[in-house]
Parts: sequence; structure tokens; C-alpha cells
Amino acid sequence: MENLKKTPLFETHQKYGGRIVDFGGWALPVQFSGIKEEHLAVRNAAGLFDVSHMGEFFVRGKDALALVQRITCNDISKGSPGRVIYSPMCNERGGVVDDLMACCLEGGGYMLVVNASNIDKDYDWVTSHAAGLDVKVENASPGTGEVAVQGPRSEEILQRLTDANLGEMKYYRFKENVKVAGFRTTVARTGYTGEDGFEVYCDAPDTQALWDAIMEAGADDGIVPCGLGARDTLRFEASMPLYGHELDDERTPIEAGFERFVSFTKGDYIGREALLKQKTEGPRIKLIGFEMIDRGGVPRAGYPITSGCAVVGKVTSGNYSPTFEKNLGMGYVPAQMAVVGAELGLDVRGRTMKVKIVQMPFYKRGAKK
Amino acid sequence: MTHPADRKYSKSHEWFKMEGKEGRVGISHHAQDHLGDVVFVELPAIGKVVKQGEQLCVVESVKAVADCYAPISGKVVRVNENLTADPALLNRDPHGDGWICVVEPSDPGEVAGLMEQAAYEKFCEEESGH
Repeated sequence: MENLKKTPLFETHQKYGGRIVDFGGWALPVQFSGIKEEHLAVRNAAGLFDVSHMGEFFVRGKDALALVQRITCNDISKGSPGRVIYSPMCNERGGVVDDLMACCLEGGGYMLVVNASNIDKDYDWVTSHAAGLDVKVENASPGTGEVAVQGPRSEEILQRLTDANLGEMKYYRFKENVKVAGFRTTVARTGYTGEDGFEVYCDAPDTQALWDAIMEAGADDGIVPCGLGARDTLRFEASMPLYGHELDDERTPIEAGFERFVSFTKGDYIGREALLKQKTEGPRIKLIGFEMIDRGGVPRAGYPITSGCAVVGKVTSGNYSPTFEKNLGMGYVPAQMAVVGAELGLDVRGRTMKVKIVQMPFYKRGAKK
Repeated sequence: MTHPADRKYSKSHEWFKMEGKEGRVGISHHAQDHLGDVVFVELPAIGKVVKQGEQLCVVESVKAVADCYAPISGKVVRVNENLTADPALLNRDPHGDGWICVVEPSDPGEVAGLMEQAAYEKFCEEESGH
């Protein structure tokens, strides 16, 4: 544990009773009170997550848009300041280098939020494609803290700590220079839980005090500290992809069913040709969501998906869903088998269990603004 | 910790308690606490014959799949069917209603190789690195 990277909240997690694990080289809590309890708190009230390990790159300069357009599949030129746009970042084959959020800054430029485990790889990728462009890429990750307040009570809780009008912020919008509990932050109405909520970026030294302030402000609303376990079950129910599971250097956004984040009208970008070819010809494999019909265990990443006696795919993520009290999974199968309602097999420790393909996302929150 | 002194414990965190000629098996409080919310127990088949240390059954929590090993050699004669409908029993009452199975030991002498409560709790502390 000693040689793991620590977020600014390492001591806070210990104070709140977090069970610390090695998460891709980071010392982070997998749970506090328990994954199920934390999961349900986020669905019904609110939860607070440490996401300081996420990476933040600032892309600035005359050609900032040109660089961001070159490395993303989604059309970032559609974004005006204050907007957040989700996009895969692809290689020439259309495989996913990472998936990111591009936050369009006031005064030009972008903050790219990338996955913790990919920070170094992404920084090299982004800067290696900046040749000939008038642009500066800064990796601000080490100096940046980030917490996520998620759940239906998030707005009420966070509003107690700021004068900024959070009610007028729509989903996937953000505000810079917002004072929260007296600290200078950037507040985005985004998250990785399928629930309403906010992600608050701050200077690393302020993170602990910000965390305590939010916990205190939400005490009467039932806010609980949440670990990586609940973060995973929540994003999984919302069918949000996890890099290294649903997405990687080989899988494409077309195969993953994320065509809505791929633009073919924005001009050229890395991977466009391969993605267009795949879209035109149709992908060979597709990501499906399934529900276990037979009782007999929980689907786990890596388990073979079968049809008759043949292995036809592999589970990318699987879990017990605390919201539905069912065992659900996601995985890639041949495109012609990816039909909602169809039955397939799942090899659980050598025994074949029946599963049924269902519509994703598994969980969709009730209509809100 | 809350490990009763009326039974023995294995290094793989199962407990074993002799009841006449049979012995009851479960996983310890320490084990269930580390696993977290148990959502599925793949019970051993009745009649299954196991050797001490062999895989007995599988316990799945939200976060992990864990093998449960036989604390003693013998034949499985009863299983706790209640765990099928309510796997969380294993979290709520690991040493009582959350028992996993009852075995008929083939070599009761093996019990001597298991740990008493005090030794087990010390073992848990050392394993946790405290």
C-alpha cells in the first residue's frame, strides 16, 4: 500500500472508515458502510465520492478547438462555453484510447476530463497529435481535487454551500469560478451514477475541507460517503461504459452502441475512416445488456457467453443490481445475436446459465429537468 | 471482534463446530465483513465428499467471488437452504442462522489442526497487517 498514489482525501477516507484498496495504482476506498447501502443512498438521497484520481488536461491556444476536434469523435465545435460534451477518443482503427468529457471554457479552450488509469497514455496521445498547432496542453491532474455529489438530493445539499444558482444549471453544463464552502471551484452537473448530481473540481489542498463541508451540509438529507464499489454498481446499472471493460484500444464506439457520440459531419479526425467503414458495413460484434434468468451466481467480467455449445462472447461487466435485485451483465456478442429478448447462455464456473438480452440502459432515472 | 469460543476456525476463514457426530460449517464474521454484501451462495451438493482444504462451495458478494474451503474432511449431509432465498443471512448472522452446511467428518482428528478463537483473532489481525 505504501507505494500507491494517494488522492488529497486519503486521510479523510480513513477518518470515515473507508476500506482502502489498490485501484490501478491508487489507494482508494472500495466501500465505507457497504456497497449496497451506499448504492441505494445515491438512488434515494445522496452520496459523496472522491474522484480526485481522474485526470484533467487544459487545452488552450488559438488551435485548441482544432486539436480537440482531431482527437475526439463527437463534434466539440457544437459546444459553447459552459457546456460539457462526452466523447470517445479513438485511434486510427477506431479503437478507443479513452473516453472523456470536454468542458468548453469561458474565454476559449477546453478542460478534458480523462480516466485516472489513462492519464499518462492520454497526455502522450494528445500532445503527439498537437504537432503544427498553436496550442498548449497542460496536465493539471496532480494539483486538482474532485468530489462527486450524486443523488436526487444533490442540488439541495450543494446549494447550501454556494451562492451560484444551481437550479438553473442543466445536465451536462458547468460553471467556473464558483465559490463552494468558500473555496474556488468548477461545478459541473455531470456524474457516473445515472443519477442527478454534481462533480466539483477544486485545488488539491482544499479537497478535504470541501469534502467535510458537503458531508455536513447533507447530514440531514442522509448523504453517505461512497467508495469505488458503489461507483461501479451505479454506473453499471446506468449502462455507462468503464474503460478497460466495455471500451479499450480494440473495441470501437460503434460496436459499443455509442454512435450518438460519433460525428461523421464534423470533418476529419483520428479514426473517422475506420468508424465510417464499420458503420457502413455494420459492426461484426455489438455490446449487449443481459439479465440472468437462471439462479446460479453473478455474471463477472471475463465469463464466456455461449450459444448452444459455442462460446460467442465474453462478459465485460457484470454485477448484482441493488436497485432491481437481479443479476445483470454486459458483453460483446456477434451482431446478429444482439437482439433484445433473445436468450443466450452464460458459463458460470463450468455450468451454463440461461440469460436474456435486455434493453440498455438497465436503469434510467425518473424525468427531471 | 465477535467470534464465538465454542468452535474452531481455519486459516481460510471458515468455522467448524462439532455437534455430536456431525459438524456444522460456516464462514467467520471476519470473512463476511471482508466480503461485504453477500448476494449468492452456491451451496455444496448433499452427499459431496470433500477433503480438508478442498473447495466446498462458492460465496458471492457484490464485489467478489470467494471460494469456501472444507475445514475438515467428510461428507456433506445437510445444507442451509435458507441461504438460497436470503443470502444476506450470511452477513447478518454468520455464526448462527447463516451456517452453510453440516458434514459427517471422516477423520475427526483433523479438528486439532484448526484454530481456537483467540488464535484465530490474532491470525486475522496479523493478516490485516495491524
